[in-house]
Amino acid sequence: MCPLTKEPMVDPVSLVTGSCFERASITAWFAEGNTIDMRTKLISKWGVEKGYFWAIAGLAADGRQIVTCARAEAGNYLGFYGEEIPTKELCDRVAYYVHLCTLYWWLRPYGSAAILGGYDRDGPQLYMIETSGVAYRYFGAAVGKGSAKTEIEKLKLSQMTCREGVIAVAKIIYNVHDEAKDKAFELEMSWICDESKREHQRVPADLLAEAKWGMWVVLRRRIFRGS
Amino acid sequence: MAEFGCEWNDAPHSMGTTIMAVQYDGGVILGADSRTTTGVYVANRASDKITELTENVYICRSGSAADSQLVSDYARYFLNQHTIQLGQNATVKTAANIVRQLSYGNKSFLECGLIVAGWDKYEKGSVYGIPLGGTILRLPFATGGSGSSYLYGFLDQAWKEGMSKQEAEELVVKAVSLAMARDGSSGGVVRTVIIDSEGVTRHFYPGDKLPLYYEEIAYRPGLEPMTA
Repeated sequence: MCPLTKEPMVDPVSLVTGSCFERASITAWFAEGNTIDMRTKLISKWGVEKGYFWAIAGLAADGRQIVTCARAEAGNYLGFYGEEIPTKELCDRVAYYVHLCTLYWWLRPYGSAAILGGYDRDGPQLYMIETSGVAYRYFGAAVGKGSAKTEIEKLKLSQMTCREGVIAVAKIIYNVHDEAKDKAFELEMSWICDESKREHQRVPADLLAEAKWGMWVVLRRRIFRGS
Repeated sequence: MAEFGCEWNDAPHSMGTTIMAVQYDGGVILGADSRTTTGVYVANRASDKITELTENVYICRSGSAADSQLVSDYARYFLNQHTIQLGQNATVKTAANIVRQLSYGNKSFLECGLIVAGWDKYEKGSVYGIPLGGTILRLPFATGGSGSSYLYGFLDQAWKEGMSKQEAEELVVKAVSLAMARDGSSGGVVRTVIIDSEGVTRHFYPGDKLPLYYEEIAYRPGLEPMTA
């Protein structure tokens, strides 16, 4: 079912962001001058309260709306219950809203998938909300290029430190990026961990440099292999 | 004289009351007297002023009996839903905030002083005082009701940090007894509720088991031998 036409797809095409549309409708979308931010294939980060973050892939405008909704829910919970919203509760509330937008003919579904990370009193947690409104807890998640998901699943996450994780994830992103088909991109990384005092912060500059160095390793290997 | 008669029949039930809660090393202890009055008549001499909100959080009620019961009922209802949504027990802080929202939001209609106390796995034992008007204040120990006036000085001197369960319960029983001795609106029996990681325990201290203080006369059985 194409999210734009709400009809079963006759000639489906998939974008580099991983979303599928009816060819006619998405070409019309582009023809009208709309865009899909290529950078959001990787990460667009917004903080909610300082202890959570959202990574959005897909339509940037829809992603912004998801974050606005999340901020409202977090604020509302704090105002009523007097304590920070648990990560799972925040995920459930936003997923409920995303699902709601699939129920009525006059509302289109969100064109973005969202990954929520949080470090609350029950420890660090990762959730992903798909455009259908389905939301699960994950220990490794990727949206966009399909192969990134399989790469993440190969990592032995329980045996890695946060810093090691940063390097590994950057390596996957560079590996998955296709020089021929995809546009150039800028790698941005952020984290929430004990080192960041459980706050959402950008990864420290030295660690990011170390992660980016991975790009040169991958590129060099490709040049030598001629791929 | 006719006025007295009318008052007994029609006056709203009030719980003059002495209530308190104390945080000790491992949990909390709640204590209360048992007198409910309509004017000068004691409508209930064995009432239970400590009510359950969730299995790990209880509330002490004082002031208007109707108002405090309604607030407790609404809080229990909201907390029940919250527990289902959350998938685990609510925290004491959450429970206290819900009670505070009800108390503050309806402040011009309500007249009740409340103490919310309990145990959760994050903060362990905690006590929150929510007096008239709906402020919320986390405290190591809290008192309320008309009898609490007589306890401020006593508790300032007697409360110590890091008491054991037994010491804390003795303190609660002693304090409530002292207040009952001086406050006409407090009396009857002393009820205590202990909440810790294991669960909830209730204790009951009838009038003749309470310590006696200055000028007090020991309890003497009255009519029992005649009915035996």
